[in-house]
Amino acid sequence: MVTVAKTGNEAMAEAMRQINPDVVAAYPITPATEIVMIFAGFVADGLVDTEFVAVESEHSAMSATLGASIAGARAMTATSSQGLALMYEILPIASALRAPIVMPEVNRALSGPINIHCDHSDTMGGRDFGWIHIFSENTQEAYDNVIQAVRIAEHASVRIPAMVTTDGFIISHCMERIETADDQDVKNFIGEYKRENSLLDTAHPITAGALDLQDYYFEHKRPVAEAMRNAKDVIIEIGKEFGKKFGRTYDLFEKYKLDDADIAIVVLGSTAGTARAVVDELRDKRVKAGMLKLRVFRPFPAAEIAAALSKTKAVAVMDRSDSFSSQGGPVFTEVRSALYEVPMKPKIVNFIYGLGGRDVKMNDINSVYDALQKIIKTGKVETAINYLGLRE
Amino acid sequence: MKKQLSWKELPEGDVLEAGTAVEFETGDWRTNKPVWFPDRCIHCLTCWIVCPDASVKVADGKFVGFDYKHCKGCGLCAAECPTKPKSIEMVLDK
Repeated sequence: MVTVAKTGNEAMAEAMRQINPDVVAAYPITPATEIVMIFAGFVADGLVDTEFVAVESEHSAMSATLGASIAGARAMTATSSQGLALMYEILPIASALRAPIVMPEVNRALSGPINIHCDHSDTMGGRDFGWIHIFSENTQEAYDNVIQAVRIAEHASVRIPAMVTTDGFIISHCMERIETADDQDVKNFIGEYKRENSLLDTAHPITAGALDLQDYYFEHKRPVAEAMRNAKDVIIEIGKEFGKKFGRTYDLFEKYKLDDADIAIVVLGSTAGTARAVVDELRDKRVKAGMLKLRVFRPFPAAEIAAALSKTKAVAVMDRSDSFSSQGGPVFTEVRSALYEVPMKPKIVNFIYGLGGRDVKMNDINSVYDALQKIIKTGKVETAINYLGLRE
Repeated sequence: MKKQLSWKELPEGDVLEAGTAVEFETGDWRTNKPVWFPDRCIHCLTCWIVCPDASVKVADGKFVGFDYKHCKGCGLCAAECPTKPKSIEMVLDK
């Protein structure tokens, strides 16, 4: 265990070095480029055994990564925004073919307009593809999550791909002090990858990626749903094991001063760090504020979220993307749905924020808590869907 | 009718045995079929190289026939045949 200074990208590249995947097929895109660029340096310096395939687009990057995975290789890639969008058609194939690919995904806004800064629209746009989504608040979590994701994705009852996110530029390019584990400890933690039916097993040749007609497609998708359900317990189990081995335990989400809170926000990624400071300030003023930092968005832990929020009086769900459903952002929609069955449910509102890297400061988060206090006082929700920091 | 399996009975990731394409006889998709003229053929095997359906049969470095069960009649063999006149002609497959 050493304490080092690393940016989010450097930390994820370091985790990849220790994982030492068999294949990395990659294409660069800001702000994820450095992950594969630094990793390519490791390859050139002989620090890993990885077969590095420099492809001509993200479409090929995901295709090659998937092919390698089905061939029995531990395969990884990394991307952001438009790169993920270009991978679109292969993403649901990866989960259908049960490829446990682990992909660092640096959250960057989807075009248009073209924007290289942080928001969650890229991965939220791909929430229906049967991939596990794990959000990192900071550089330490980025490093820890990539390592855990290998075990989660490859678990016998899961075997679907996983993306591990960091906030573009905010975390990806921000240097923080983190602890990294010894190479051998990471190696022991992740173990060996053994695929049961692989394309390179010439003794037992297979066909992968066949056609289905109306009579079988449905039955072939159902197991992916089951794998996603199974993933929840596996994520908790691996999070505990990681805690025992490396000293930092992980769960589906983090509750910060939530248990006795009257007002709470639900937030993902780096904004949770800012919110934590705001909660502390409010608590100093005797305001019973709390926060739920959601780490695992897919699978969506509805029951656990509902239980955690059920005693609050008003909740604001922060969405760093808009799903343009006209009913608010994706996290709001799913949290609200989770609360449907709770008999004494809190009032719930949405704050869409930070699109295209729009900065969100402590003041902004304070205004969210102010709005929640007003809701409790008046008993009324004036505006369900709010745009935080937007010039009206 | 073959039994329709439940989702629980299916192999993971829809993995199937390899090489099953050979059982699917695409030959009946043809409109035109290739006909070989042995007296013109120089056994260059260009037809075998270009055939997209592996339907040109070759043995001991020589052309031996077409696999009419799989040949879809695309005509690439005839198009690429270098002899004059061509050693392969496409005719209507009745």
